[in-house]
Amino acid sequence: MPYIPHTPEDTARMLAAIGLDSIDELFDEIPPALRAEGFAGVPAGIDEAAAARLMQSRAAQDGRSLCFVGAGAYDHYIPAAVWDLAARGEFYSAYTPYQAEASQGTLQLIYEYQSMMCALTGMEVSNASLYDGATAFAEACLMAVRANRRAGRRRILVSRALSPVYRRVAETIVAGQDIELVELPLRDGRLDPDALPADAAGQYAALALQQPSYLGTLEDVDRLSDWAAAQGLLLIAVCNPLSLAVLKPPGEWGEAGADIACGEGQPLGIPLSSGGPYFGYIVSRERLVRQMPGRIVGRTVDVDGRPGFTLTLQAREQHIRRSKATSNICTNQGLMVTAATIYMSLLGAEGLQRTAAACHANTARLAARLAALDGVRIAFEPFFHEVVLQLDRPAAAVLAGLAERGIAAGVDLGDSYPELGPAILSCATEQRSDADIEVYAAALAEVLDSSEVA
Amino acid sequence: MSPEMPLREDLIFEQSAAGRGSPALAPASGEAPGLPPGLLRSVPAALPEVSELQVVRHYTRLSQLNYSIDTHFYPLGSCTMKYNPKVCNRLAMLPGFLGRHPLAPEADGQGVMACLYELQAMLAAVTGMQAFSLTPMAGAQGEFAGVAMIMAYHRSRGDHERREIIVPDAAHGTNPATATMCGCSVREIPTDADGDIDLPALRAAVGPQTAGIMLTNPSTLGVFERRIREVADIVHEAGGLLYYDGANLNAILGRALPGAMGFDVIHVNLHKTFSTPHGGGGPGSGAVGVGRRLEPFLPLPIVGRENGRYRWLGEAERPQSIGRLSAFMGNTGILLRAYVYMRLLGAEGMRRVADYATLNANYLMHRLREAGFRLAYPARRASHEFIVTLKDLHRETGVTAMDVAKALLDRGFHAPTTYFPLLVPECLLIEPTETESPETLDAFAEALAEIRELARSDPEQLRRAPLSTPVRRLDDVRAARQLDLAWRPAD
Amino acid sequence: MSEVPENLKYTSDHEWCRLEDDGSVTVGITDHAQQALGELVYVELPEVGAEFAAGDACAVVESVKAASDVYAPLGGEVVEVNEQLEGEPELVNSSPYDEGWLLRLTPADPAAMDELLDPENYEQVLAEASD
Repeated sequence: MPYIPHTPEDTARMLAAIGLDSIDELFDEIPPALRAEGFAGVPAGIDEAAAARLMQSRAAQDGRSLCFVGAGAYDHYIPAAVWDLAARGEFYSAYTPYQAEASQGTLQLIYEYQSMMCALTGMEVSNASLYDGATAFAEACLMAVRANRRAGRRRILVSRALSPVYRRVAETIVAGQDIELVELPLRDGRLDPDALPADAAGQYAALALQQPSYLGTLEDVDRLSDWAAAQGLLLIAVCNPLSLAVLKPPGEWGEAGADIACGEGQPLGIPLSSGGPYFGYIVSRERLVRQMPGRIVGRTVDVDGRPGFTLTLQAREQHIRRSKATSNICTNQGLMVTAATIYMSLLGAEGLQRTAAACHANTARLAARLAALDGVRIAFEPFFHEVVLQLDRPAAAVLAGLAERGIAAGVDLGDSYPELGPAILSCATEQRSDADIEVYAAALAEVLDSSEVA
Repeated sequence: MSPEMPLREDLIFEQSAAGRGSPALAPASGEAPGLPPGLLRSVPAALPEVSELQVVRHYTRLSQLNYSIDTHFYPLGSCTMKYNPKVCNRLAMLPGFLGRHPLAPEADGQGVMACLYELQAMLAAVTGMQAFSLTPMAGAQGEFAGVAMIMAYHRSRGDHERREIIVPDAAHGTNPATATMCGCSVREIPTDADGDIDLPALRAAVGPQTAGIMLTNPSTLGVFERRIREVADIVHEAGGLLYYDGANLNAILGRALPGAMGFDVIHVNLHKTFSTPHGGGGPGSGAVGVGRRLEPFLPLPIVGRENGRYRWLGEAERPQSIGRLSAFMGNTGILLRAYVYMRLLGAEGMRRVADYATLNANYLMHRLREAGFRLAYPARRASHEFIVTLKDLHRETGVTAMDVAKALLDRGFHAPTTYFPLLVPECLLIEPTETESPETLDAFAEALAEIRELARSDPEQLRRAPLSTPVRRLDDVRAARQLDLAWRPAD
Repeated sequence: MSEVPENLKYTSDHEWCRLEDDGSVTVGITDHAQQALGELVYVELPEVGAEFAAGDACAVVESVKAASDVYAPLGGEVVEVNEQLEGEPELVNSSPYDEGWLLRLTPADPAAMDELLDPENYEQVLAEASD
């Protein structure tokens, strides 16, 4: 039987020991009216070779296009050692490290991960990860409201240049708790400093912005950080962790730095994988640590005085605090954090910096090459490693034409940013060669010249 | 015993040497001339500088400090630590799936979408529900989606007064935490001496304020809730809905359908019942299924099928949805692993899951009863797990459930869940799963019996356990009082 | 056995109250409560000036395995909190009735003190709980 080791003799011996004649009797406490005999609609089992053939044929249909899409997930090279190590059974098939003595590998790795995220962001404390970037942002909003609970402030100012899907997910998650996200308008693809409310003090719990923004632009983070501090608002920074090898870390923004930083961990060695699993990171100032959601690992000593690692501050969590917990989250994205920690160790600060800089340089080359075509212009500069390209005709048709030519050219911004007119968001990571960029440019020229899109 | 375990491993930071690194792994150039100097990082992040071989040795050695399913029996109650077939991992990581950007054209994702579409249908079939959304990324997010759908349903009917969620006192802590996140208040109801819900207390608790009830069946006490239909009738008559926490679905797979019990919404932990990896704490997946009246509220996106092509259904098709719970579409790679697992087992193989999980639990329970252990619910059949209470042993010898758990580590077994459910003092919640052989169960029973003898003859020895692990008992109080949450370079 | 000093008033939620000369009331948790929680690692106290009704959660005491709300035994305004607990939460364990006090409040209704449990009644509560 697949994955079940029992021989017929084993089964008979075990039933006899219990004093039963059949396996059916094990279910005699289920009322007869509720008993099911298998289920319709599920095919018969197949063997491993057949499963391999099936999945190979399915996988062969996918992921063939040349990728110039970013928008929150990025096509980076992942060194072979990352997943060779992360997929080891001792990491892959362990669970949350409740029994610390039997889980030092996972615990020490998470402590190293927390240390690396603090180093990258310039913050003091990190948790062991959340589900993804969008939920990390939602949890950051909840954290900011909890930190303000005595003052009762439940509204958060959010830049319109912060990922639209992050804002939607956060709204889904905070909806039940009467928390309001108030959108701040943009000018030139960046938060409009003149639109910051003069009376923010006392009204809002936090200001949230993304750097680089969803549109690839760079905010004046020092000035915005100082403004938030002057108004008594917490500052939530959403940052691509890879970009922080090049850009100023949120802990150093302005005089005081951000209070909470979070984002999508996928750029750190996690495959695109059709959308997940990824992981969300969240880091903060030490004074906010008790408002932090999720698992946290601390270093301590054992009874013999030897250093060791354990889950700590668990009284924040649902298994102890129940309805008063900081979040309902139980797990982290442990396996993804394992990969990310190995990835950061392999690349080091210099490797991350070179990768991030190469992404910026490639996107700059892509943007310049495409903007040389008639009907294409770069919307905003400077940008980090994504660029908004405004078109002189409907974006959806242009993207469809490029898709037919085997190019995933970017994201149509029409639904989220209609004020930009026809526009797409494109990205060239370090994996895109000059030849790839030429393929994109030639295909775009062809699509624009053709009668497909008018 | 695990004498081969390495004792300790320095932090990766402590192995760093300036200028070492692994330059073959990154592009050659690091210039970024187009960026404003004022927005740049001034000092490189304090990440380790180590060679690739150092990284490989370090993380290999760290992995060896873990107990895992691949190395140890792991009877952690309520977690379903069964074998994770290697082929599921291999096939979910085929290049076509792995390299595909989630926002790439739909034409470029027909393979993965076909798998997800079929997975939605198979999950509906094995739970008796109408429709599924695969987007929740863990059980807790599935719970959130479930309660949010219940609240959206009441709101859609103009019923704004229903803001109370009922949970049994034996419930997992996530249930009340979830209700709070959804803006609900929580009312706990008691469990009777046999582990069933106290029906008079339930009748007294329901009313026009009742949004719904969150239940696990079999419950966290390791027994089947026999009067579940009466529970469903009481809650439905009061205008509330029933939420099924799928934590224990492994116990009834193919033997009973939650849909037939009267549940309106369910989440399934694919990392338990469908054997996707626990990964040291995730990623999980908490797919949610609903009956017809909650279908419009399912979280997005969902895979649909039209004219032989698969496509994502979003806000345009499902305007009443509670919304999105992830940036893209949940833990896709985990969903693929569950899909492969279900196809390998098929209908017959999935039924055997519950059969042998239940056989193993009842057999081990029988062995322990014979060895003199006290069961929390001796009159009941075990589901796929059961509870031993060490209250008597504790009173007699001073030895605690924690001492016993640590002594098991010394004997080469991961410990069962301890101190949960909170209702049962000094408890061990034991879940062997169907993938363990009777020889392993016998060895585990003998180890527990030996520990029990030791508790009487030399309790001090148990209080010192574990002795063979990389570290011994850790100072939790110091960890919480003197927070050391990140390594920092010396100034 | 836990200690129940004669000169204090109690609640069934294991808080104690002491009437001070200036009419304010000092509040802490009992010896029984600190034993049940185990070694405290953190105490969250309200701000001076905060107002509570009787029965409101006004502080949190936290050990590694549990976190408990402390309920205001009587309504009033917080006039002082024990700032020493910020760095030394263990004082609640070592000296629950003295150095481990939590907060001092001005009662909205001084007569409410009379409604609280006498030491004998509180000992009764403890005896019933251990049955």
